[in-house]
Amino acid sequence: MVDFYVTAMRTQVQTQFQYRAATYMYLVGMVAEPVIYLVVWTTIAKQNGGQVQGITVGQFAAYYIVWTLVRNMNIVFTPYGWEWRIREGQFSAALLRPLHPIHYDIAEFAGGKLIWVVLYLPIAAALTLVFDPDLSVTPLEVVVFFVAIWGAYLIRTMLLWLLGMVTFWTTRGSAIFETYIMAELLLSGRLVPLKLMPEWTQSVADFLPFQWAFYFPIQTLVGDLPAAELIGGLGMQVLWIAVGSFLVWVCFRASVSRYTAVGN
Amino acid sequence: MAVVDIAELTKVFRVPEREAGLRASMRALFRRRHRDVRAVDSISFAIDSGEVVGFLGPNGAGKTTTLKMLSGLLYPTAGEARVLGFVPARRERDFLRQITLVMGNRNQLQWDLPALDSFDLNRAIYRVARDDFRRLRDELVELLDVGDLVRKPVRNLSLGERMKVEIVGSLVHRPQVLFLDEPTIGLDVTMQKRIRGFIAEYNRRYEATVLLTSHYMADVEALCRRVIVIHHGRTLFDGQLAQLGSQFAGYKTIEVALANGAADLSRYGDVLERDADRVKLRVEKADASRVTALLLSEQEVIDLTIEDPPIEDVIELVFAGAAE
Repeated sequence: MVDFYVTAMRTQVQTQFQYRAATYMYLVGMVAEPVIYLVVWTTIAKQNGGQVQGITVGQFAAYYIVWTLVRNMNIVFTPYGWEWRIREGQFSAALLRPLHPIHYDIAEFAGGKLIWVVLYLPIAAALTLVFDPDLSVTPLEVVVFFVAIWGAYLIRTMLLWLLGMVTFWTTRGSAIFETYIMAELLLSGRLVPLKLMPEWTQSVADFLPFQWAFYFPIQTLVGDLPAAELIGGLGMQVLWIAVGSFLVWVCFRASVSRYTAVGN
Repeated sequence: MAVVDIAELTKVFRVPEREAGLRASMRALFRRRHRDVRAVDSISFAIDSGEVVGFLGPNGAGKTTTLKMLSGLLYPTAGEARVLGFVPARRERDFLRQITLVMGNRNQLQWDLPALDSFDLNRAIYRVARDDFRRLRDELVELLDVGDLVRKPVRNLSLGERMKVEIVGSLVHRPQVLFLDEPTIGLDVTMQKRIRGFIAEYNRRYEATVLLTSHYMADVEALCRRVIVIHHGRTLFDGQLAQLGSQFAGYKTIEVALANGAADLSRYGDVLERDADRVKLRVEKADASRVTALLLSEQEVIDLTIEDPPIEDVIELVFAGAAE
């Protein structure tokens, strides 16, 4: 399996090299979302005496700059992609391979991320110069961050695989994805740091996986969390990965029997 | 022992159905109609190890659906299927490692990279030992003469070139059972011939079992001694290709060269063609020997041959008969 992951990731790195300019433009475009959030919250914080509920302008800058890296890491195969591959019959090739198709998706996107992250670093440097983030990190936080962003990647892969498998029942699974995105925006720390959400929202978020794919990895660098919380957070990620893997396994068995291999 | 063994295999698709137009769309919001389509209807056959079998039928006959069930892509609605002793629908890894499904119009290689990279990825997927992989890959590359193609990005290859490297990619794990769905579709005659030769050689060298669908009768004639013909999901014929003509075509063609090329031969049978002194006649199969004897005794014959009708014509007759 290690050989497969190494080979598949290497193949994807080679593919990304073919389209480096396009990938770069895509990454630059992706910065728009956090910059909008950052400008809005910076403006509110300045009007509010330099902070909002204890978060300073510099901390907002740090939050959203780290956000962009976490967002890069948790981009995975979406239900739009699922619709395409089921409609076009591309999933047939995946089903003919003697390994679970999720491994191929994980390896393929992981390979892409190795390039995206390298390309992203100059963008992060530019954002740092413009927005002057307030960020000081310890070696432990850096180590936990690098583990947590891969944990976030796996959690989001499981979640979107579960959504993607809806395509076996309806060819318009992406409609459900839109609802999912709304929940994720509000309950993951993607739109707003969870700390700024009403208490009841934070309580709901505690029972859901979304924050472990966004808020927690960001907080490992910007939240000054104690070691116990950092390790505990990784534990929660492992838990959600395990739950996600189990659900994917169960649902895939039920889904694949419905596959009609349309379009080939 | 049969490598492919299916009994009463059936696949029914439930498809939504509605009339065209806005009113029908509105009605469909409240009451959806479905129709059951029997794509494969209780077919049974067995294929022995090393056999190359042609699987024939018109579009929509159920050929591809059958191949998809045999390769584990589709769950049968009813009946049983076993390939190499495995139940395909279970998609066990040991089963998937021993088969391949090649579809003539489907690209499974990495589009932006040279095919060699895709071959290496397949090596890792199928867990082929590196030495075995290199040996087999080079052998296949040589057999199909694609040495100069496998280093170009796949997107830069022509359809025929892509099909050849696609076939190599599908075989680098040395499958024992090949399901080939229109492997020569859209290719020119030379390329078709090359792929046919390759399939025959692969079958001979590795004793692989091949089930092949093709609309090109030349593929079938060159590769398959046995054919299975299906139509509307049902088996119409399963036997030697040579028997197909005798079972379904009630006539033979007699081609005769005459010293007197202008002679009228219409009383002997239907004149199909006339070219200078050569005349092609169609006669009832039962009358073939009597007509031949008459021709030889009554005409000044220079040359005479009796043939079964071309396989294309026979297949057409089979389908036409099934449709009636």
